[in-house]
Amino acid sequence: MIKRDLVIIGGGSAGMAAAIEAKKNGIDDILILEKDSVLGGILNQCIHNGFGLTEFKEELTGPEYLSRFADQVKELGIEYKLDSLVLNISKEKVVTYSNATDGVVDIEAKAIVFATGCYERSPGAIQLSGDRVAGIITAGTAQKYLNIHGYLAGKRIVILGSGDIGLIMARRMTLEGAKVLCVSELMPYSNGLNRNIAQCLNDYNIPLYLSRSVLRVEGKGRVEKVVLAAVDDKMKFIPGTEMEFECDTLLLSVGLIPYVSLLENIDVNISSTKGAMVNDQLETSIPGIFACGNCLHVHDVVDFVTEEGREAGRAAARYIKGEVSKKVKIKVSPGNGVGYVIPQFIETDLDHDVTFKFRVRKPIKNVFVNFSSEETIFHKVVKPVLIPSEMVMIKVSKDKLANVKGEITVSLEER
Amino acid sequence: MCMYDVLIIGAGVVGAMVARKLSRYSLSVALLEKENDVGNVTSNANSAIIHSGYDPVPGTLKAKLNVEGNKMFDLISEELDVHFKRIGSMTLATSEEQLKTLKELQTRAIANGVETRLLDKEETRKLEPNVSNEVVGALLAPTAGIIDPFNLVVHAVENAVDNGVKLFLEQEVKDIKYLSDHFEVRTNKEVFIAKVVINCAGLYSDEIAKMIEPIDWKINPRKGEYFVLDHYKLGLVNHTIFPLPSEKGKGVLVSLTNSNNYIVGPSSEFDEDKDDVATDSETLANVRRQAVDMIPSIPFNQVIRVFSGMRATLSTHDFIIEPAKSNKYFINVAGIESPGLASSPAIAEYVVNNYVSKLFNLEEKKNYNPRVKKYHVLNDISKEERNRLIKSNPEYGKIICSCEKVSLGEIKDLLSRSVPPKTVKGVKRRCRAGFGKCQGGFCSPMVTMILAKHYGVSPLDIKWDKDNSNILLEEVKKL
Repeated sequence: MIKRDLVIIGGGSAGMAAAIEAKKNGIDDILILEKDSVLGGILNQCIHNGFGLTEFKEELTGPEYLSRFADQVKELGIEYKLDSLVLNISKEKVVTYSNATDGVVDIEAKAIVFATGCYERSPGAIQLSGDRVAGIITAGTAQKYLNIHGYLAGKRIVILGSGDIGLIMARRMTLEGAKVLCVSELMPYSNGLNRNIAQCLNDYNIPLYLSRSVLRVEGKGRVEKVVLAAVDDKMKFIPGTEMEFECDTLLLSVGLIPYVSLLENIDVNISSTKGAMVNDQLETSIPGIFACGNCLHVHDVVDFVTEEGREAGRAAARYIKGEVSKKVKIKVSPGNGVGYVIPQFIETDLDHDVTFKFRVRKPIKNVFVNFSSEETIFHKVVKPVLIPSEMVMIKVSKDKLANVKGEITVSLEER
Repeated sequence: MCMYDVLIIGAGVVGAMVARKLSRYSLSVALLEKENDVGNVTSNANSAIIHSGYDPVPGTLKAKLNVEGNKMFDLISEELDVHFKRIGSMTLATSEEQLKTLKELQTRAIANGVETRLLDKEETRKLEPNVSNEVVGALLAPTAGIIDPFNLVVHAVENAVDNGVKLFLEQEVKDIKYLSDHFEVRTNKEVFIAKVVINCAGLYSDEIAKMIEPIDWKINPRKGEYFVLDHYKLGLVNHTIFPLPSEKGKGVLVSLTNSNNYIVGPSSEFDEDKDDVATDSETLANVRRQAVDMIPSIPFNQVIRVFSGMRATLSTHDFIIEPAKSNKYFINVAGIESPGLASSPAIAEYVVNNYVSKLFNLEEKKNYNPRVKKYHVLNDISKEERNRLIKSNPEYGKIICSCEKVSLGEIKDLLSRSVPPKTVKGVKRRCRAGFGKCQGGFCSPMVTMILAKHYGVSPLDIKWDKDNSNILLEEVKKL
């Protein structure tokens, strides 16, 4: 069987960053397996700008951003295979992929970085009511049709969900001559970044209806009408609040989910983010398998995906070189007001700073973020405002972590 | 104009099986379908169960044909290269009272000649560890099976076409006249002439029958809504799990499917509109409650799709398979609701042996081939076989659907068969591209482009499913 030091599954922003960083950390035998015919993953279809503010201090389009990393991958001589889909991985870290030239191939890897990105929640997954007809399409799929293939999937559009891709597509399809009638959001707050609400909806006079969802879709063959209704605080529809829209398309932007079937198949522990549970090295419950980027938890800014990819690349390099020793196992849990925290465990010697990443459950102003263990707060940060659509990252120094023994809880406390 | 010996109206599972049965003989046969694909209505949206036949009332056509049909599926699935597994069904009892009913059902099973076994609480839990604590026993019917209903119909029609049957899609019958020794069947497009007509029009069989004579029966469409769960860990249920049947039917079932998904449903509601296959959250919530009563741990967060199908229910509660009262050359096959899928091959035998054979001197063709050309399903074969295939055609190496791992080669193969898909849904039904957790989010653009290229049309012309279901509406302005 072919043996490789590091196999990276997915050549998007997380995978490329992991590969580059592993190479810089002394690992030469690296293979990236990418299912698409180009490197860069979903960024290829994200032709809007706004990428790279943290990484490069400039505003790039998706293709510009990805090409800076793809160029580095090529310059560093990192091997990658395109049009190559991983069919299976085993607990023993055998990666099986398929492509047209190599056929189906098994590779035994010393370490695997899992960087497969995420997929869009489907109309079936939200149990959308009404006729299942053409014209019900997820925002990312519509984006692919438009930006890669050059076709509009709708001309009179209602958007369900205020996730960022939906907002971006509201603007994009408007610019191509479509009419976006409204964006309807089930929650009482938007799930998109504020800058996208301003630049993609407000600038084009597209109304955003909060606490409203689709009661039903009607149409023969294709969407003809979408009926929205208000929901109460238990998410039940309120009779008499119906709003009808004659339209040809219902665009869905109702959530992104880590794409981790291959990890589920080998019983890797999965967290509430639907991604793998990881330790402070971004290592999953199977030693030597690391996860990063949107397949770990869905990010709102690609620059942070890149940074997480680097972390995973460094960690995989240390693992391959045998530099990691696990001496502790401290659980990290979300407390009051916090949806999830990554990492879920701290397992290595606490001789390094740890960046905790989390999202809040609902918008909140003027809070302390408390890091506590055994009922003692060992780190406290003030935040003027936190919203679910923005991932929070807080670095805790090794000095503060040095004395932590028991489970760590990250929670919010109103000031 | 060509005079057909037999014209079959409707290419659902019943029409498909009748066409395939007739393709064995030296007859000229036309198969008309109003949709743009075969098996695209009731046969497309059902529980996909080959019932054992213990449940229908003894002496009915349902009982006879279900039991006979069930036995035929080992051979049919092999000849037609369709996934079929006899996983068995279990009907659960949750009280002493219900145990008595199970015993009565077993008496029925004996009368119908179906093997069953009564299980006590412990035996039930041993076979199905996830059943509710309330369950006190079950009736096991080992011969019940699960099938791929999409390819059952597609492959049956394909086999019929390969043996000489002429398939006409998008031909909706508008009028039928009997002219002393033949029928004139007028569709939305043309007129067909045939000596014998077999009405397998499913939900519309009453409307077709009325074109010949007044009838005293009516199809009352009855909707069933379902959940489909993603591939989840095996073992949630190992059999098809039923509650006790009621006058509303067999009730909400929980079953493994052939693709190792799980299916939960159906509801049972009469509906005025035969074409209404909308789903609604209240009905589905009710289905969910009933399912959880049997299997409390169903992971509903794994739902990837909800759908509904319409049953062609008759007020008489049995199948009608008989010639029109005024015309022995017009044969009605109507009211084929559950267990229609299981009965379908036996229905075809029944129609041919009891009626068609009386009208024609049936001679078997010398070159009749009961088998479809083997399909390459990469997920079903070994790595070595896969690599041999990829060597012969590299397109088997390029995966289009990453959820279900369907290759470009498999999709292109479909397009070269004798009943090729025209729509994105047609591709999905045949090879599972788009059937996985992302529901075609990733692969449907690729499938759309593959279809457009194959048929030499603009992607704007590619449909998701029926008329007016074009996926794309406009090409964007070019630079």
